[in-house]
Amino acid sequence: MSGPDRPGGLPVLLPFVAPRSEARLRPAHAWLLCGLGTVALPAWAQAGTASLPPLEVVLKWAPLLLTGFAFNVAISLMAMLLGTLAGTGLGLAMLAEGAVLRRVAWAVTQVFRNVPWLVLLFFVMFLVPFQVTVFGLRVPLPDWVKATFGFSLPVMANVAEIVRGAVRSVPTTQWEAAESLAFTRRQILWRIILPQCAKRMLPPWMNVYALIAMATVQASIVGVTEMLTLTAQVHAAEGGRPELFAPLYGFALLCFFLYCYPIDRLTARLERRFETR
Amino acid sequence: MAGPRPEDWSPDQPIVQLIDVHKSFGSFEVLKGISFDVRKGEVVCIIGPSGSGKSTLIRCINALVPVTAGTIRVEGIEVADPKLDKLALRRKVGMVFQQYNLFPHKTALANVMMAPIHVLGQDRREVEVRARALLAKVRLAGKEDAYPGELSGGQQQRVAIARSLAMRPDVMLFDEVTAALDPETVKEVLVTIRELAEEGMTCLLVTHEMNFARDVADHIYFTDRGVIVEHGPPATFFASAQDERTRRFLSQVL
Repeated sequence: MSGPDRPGGLPVLLPFVAPRSEARLRPAHAWLLCGLGTVALPAWAQAGTASLPPLEVVLKWAPLLLTGFAFNVAISLMAMLLGTLAGTGLGLAMLAEGAVLRRVAWAVTQVFRNVPWLVLLFFVMFLVPFQVTVFGLRVPLPDWVKATFGFSLPVMANVAEIVRGAVRSVPTTQWEAAESLAFTRRQILWRIILPQCAKRMLPPWMNVYALIAMATVQASIVGVTEMLTLTAQVHAAEGGRPELFAPLYGFALLCFFLYCYPIDRLTARLERRFETR
Repeated sequence: MAGPRPEDWSPDQPIVQLIDVHKSFGSFEVLKGISFDVRKGEVVCIIGPSGSGKSTLIRCINALVPVTAGTIRVEGIEVADPKLDKLALRRKVGMVFQQYNLFPHKTALANVMMAPIHVLGQDRREVEVRARALLAKVRLAGKEDAYPGELSGGQQQRVAIARSLAMRPDVMLFDEVTAALDPETVKEVLVTIRELAEEGMTCLLVTHEMNFARDVADHIYFTDRGVIVEHGPPATFFASAQDERTRRFLSQVL
């Protein structure tokens, strides 16, 4: 009475897994086993290994799981870098003098700000090829790189809005003063307006980062080997024992909390400090 | 009408010339035909009740506000020309604002140094020597490293004057520069402007300081509801104003 063919089973409810024929441990298995509540142990668990207590299982797999977490951090940092660069450009385009550029930039921002991040991720995963050819050189694009692009899109749109809002919040008298000193528009933006905005932009920017760091686990849905994927695989490798569910996922939870909570506190502190000035 | 070209301008002609300048914001006409000349080295004060378009008028001269109709020339440059090189115009015209508008993220010295370095491309060390001298001139020696937030209103306004002077303008525009100041700091700013005027700087001021206008101005224009209703040198202007509105205004402020 196991397997997706079981009458009354609802395979449509199973999580989607990107086709990866070479994957040794498939998260779907773990989900499936847990979902059905079977006690059937995979072959390797029967080969003499005694069941370890939950905490020891976590300790045993911690190095691997932390490698996965490092991937989450790497994806989030890269997405933030790309998204911030693109978002700054997009935000400035929304403030451009040319009406066409301004409207296009505004539309792009609105689209990427108001769609689910997961949907963007799917689009990028399936639209971006697995390799690109640059000057005759084939550059492979592994899944996690594609996921990075996917996450950088919402970052871009949110940073664009932060930049636009911050520039707008600088009094127009600063523009007048700079204009009357014969600064060009570009000089005014980069030398006078944006440096004043940097402080104002920092807390919301860090907020976006904390959100994107937590969102990187969505990459597991499209088959990227990050912490959540590995956790599911480890769970399966340990025989999918139900009592391991809480410790293993609790470990993932703890890692993200320990990483994001300090960012959140720091953001709040910076916000308070800039407010009182 | 083909106006004179900047290269034809000579110092014996008016340095600032306004001919029938109109300005509307939507359907509201703020300036209804303003004409006057400012000659090199002159100090001209514009006075009048609030909302009479004085600030708009002075902002038209350095093209911060585009005019609706009429002609403005600064050293022969046609300010209303659509092909106007705004940067070239603004290098000749300095402006000081009511709210100082210093750059809050820069020190006093950096505020003064920025434009000559980045706009005129001058040598940093040479600019720094000049900037320090200018700050000393406006009696702010020792405040070079202070940020605007650490300075009083009067001190900030004097930094703003030094910042404008660092560009070596030919004309200085002052837009109610003492209106936001405490009474005790008004004087230190007025002293600075008076010294500037005595050195021969061409100054155009919008002001409510009648005593200052009487002592320093070469010519006074009184504007009300977008037109010049009375003008003259201080002696005749204050002693024998002809227009009823001017007399009423003067009796209220003097």
